[in-house]
Amino acid sequence: MTPPRDPVLLMLLGTVFTLLVVASITGWAIGRVVTSDAARATMANVNARVRAWWVMAGVFAATLAAGFTWSILLFGLVSFLALREFVTMAPTRPGDHRPLAWGFFVVLPLQFALVWAGWYGLFSILIPVYVAIFVTMRAAIAGDTQRFLERAAVTQWGLTICVYFVSCVPALLTLRIPGFEGQNVGLLFFLVFVVQLSDVLQYVWGKAIGRRPLAPSVSPNKTWEGLVGGVLCATAAGTALWWATPFSPFQAAALAFTIGVMGCAGGLIMSAIKRDRGVKDYGTLIPGHGGMLDRIDSLCFAAPVFFHLTRYFFAR
Amino acid sequence: MIAAAVAGGVRLLSGPGVEWRCARTSDAQRIYFANHASHLDFVVIWAALPPRSRQLVRPVADRRYWEQNTVRRELARHVFNAILVDRGCASSVSPREAARATTARICGGMGDRHSLILFPEGTRSPTGDVGAFRSGLYFLARCRPEVELVPVHLWNLHRILPKGEWLPLPMLSRVVFGAPLTVRPDEEKSAFLERARAAVTALGDAA
Repeated sequence: MTPPRDPVLLMLLGTVFTLLVVASITGWAIGRVVTSDAARATMANVNARVRAWWVMAGVFAATLAAGFTWSILLFGLVSFLALREFVTMAPTRPGDHRPLAWGFFVVLPLQFALVWAGWYGLFSILIPVYVAIFVTMRAAIAGDTQRFLERAAVTQWGLTICVYFVSCVPALLTLRIPGFEGQNVGLLFFLVFVVQLSDVLQYVWGKAIGRRPLAPSVSPNKTWEGLVGGVLCATAAGTALWWATPFSPFQAAALAFTIGVMGCAGGLIMSAIKRDRGVKDYGTLIPGHGGMLDRIDSLCFAAPVFFHLTRYFFAR
Repeated sequence: MIAAAVAGGVRLLSGPGVEWRCARTSDAQRIYFANHASHLDFVVIWAALPPRSRQLVRPVADRRYWEQNTVRRELARHVFNAILVDRGCASSVSPREAARATTARICGGMGDRHSLILFPEGTRSPTGDVGAFRSGLYFLARCRPEVELVPVHLWNLHRILPKGEWLPLPMLSRVVFGAPLTVRPDEEKSAFLERARAAVTALGDAA
């Protein structure tokens, strides 16, 4: 692996590095001055999250620098870890074993291979069409009809969210945008940066001034104040990154705003599933955050919309 | 080296969260006994053990399954160092005789340094529920009273590799090692087996 010589990428990664340094120092400082037990527990969790961010940002930066194939492999791995968490907590029956094996061992690798090959036509319909037909057919052949509709939905949705939606992230690298050739890594960075920053800022605004819950029965921590404050700040940050994308500042603002809102929707949907299944987190992979799926819930739902909008309006 | 690769592979595939509610290692020999739901069970426990314990532990496994083909036979013999036993019994001897002979074989296989991995249900549960324990554990505990009996609960293995499937799904699993039991001097067989079974299920409830 050669060190990144791309000045744009270096500046972007420098931004993340600076933010993490600031977050680490702030978290450490606040952790020293708070006195109540509740606040101390909150800050311990925040600091654990910041430490995990260092690791995630490091892995992300290294993969982006390593190039196209490695980026696809990274998101393939993310997709695998997410799908495994999803299936583990889902109410499957023995009749789902074979359909899920197809999902894990055939559909998932194939979807990312299609990204790698740049075969957009099949990439975009593999899961909505062919999985919907053939994997469901495999479940029907297995012959277990108990709660069939619900189980078919579990398999289809698991593959849609954890594989199709996640694969839209590295698929950004395959878009052909006139005048932006060879710089698509900026698009990928823009999406991941804005969606994750929006998550963090929604949390921070919610903790600071959150009063009115957004959907109390789904996620007591999400508030209107958090949503508005977080999305607006993330929009501002996204706008400031316009120079790394093919967008004008106004377009960058509109897309960053969309990413923030979609991310919040994703968080709500994935929380509703967790509530339904009676689990708090999808896993324990990332200290302070929960599982992989807890971390990327917003990315899953922002990625396909961002991919589609960028492709529709900007790609050739 | 093969052992390390197999252990790593199993951990990757079944993504087990491992929790120790007893000391990870002990000077005493141990019998790890667990609920049984899949052919992966003992490998998952084995892979969760510290490397040093792994070298000394011997799983008690079904001869018919592990001698079915060359790969399994070699794995059982050289990697896992398994004690292979016959389930059920030949028609020529009484069940009591057969059980006694099996216990003696397992006891002999422990020697004075090996630990065991044992599934007292004797068969795999298709639902993940813990069935009744058979008497082998009790007789072994009587035969080797100084040994630590460590209850182990395996979670989700019946979905990862259910009975009748050959391809494991890479779902998450959990292995919980509980506090060791010993058989009390005046304890009856059925009371002890029920207590041992309760120790295993309790580890699952708390998870």
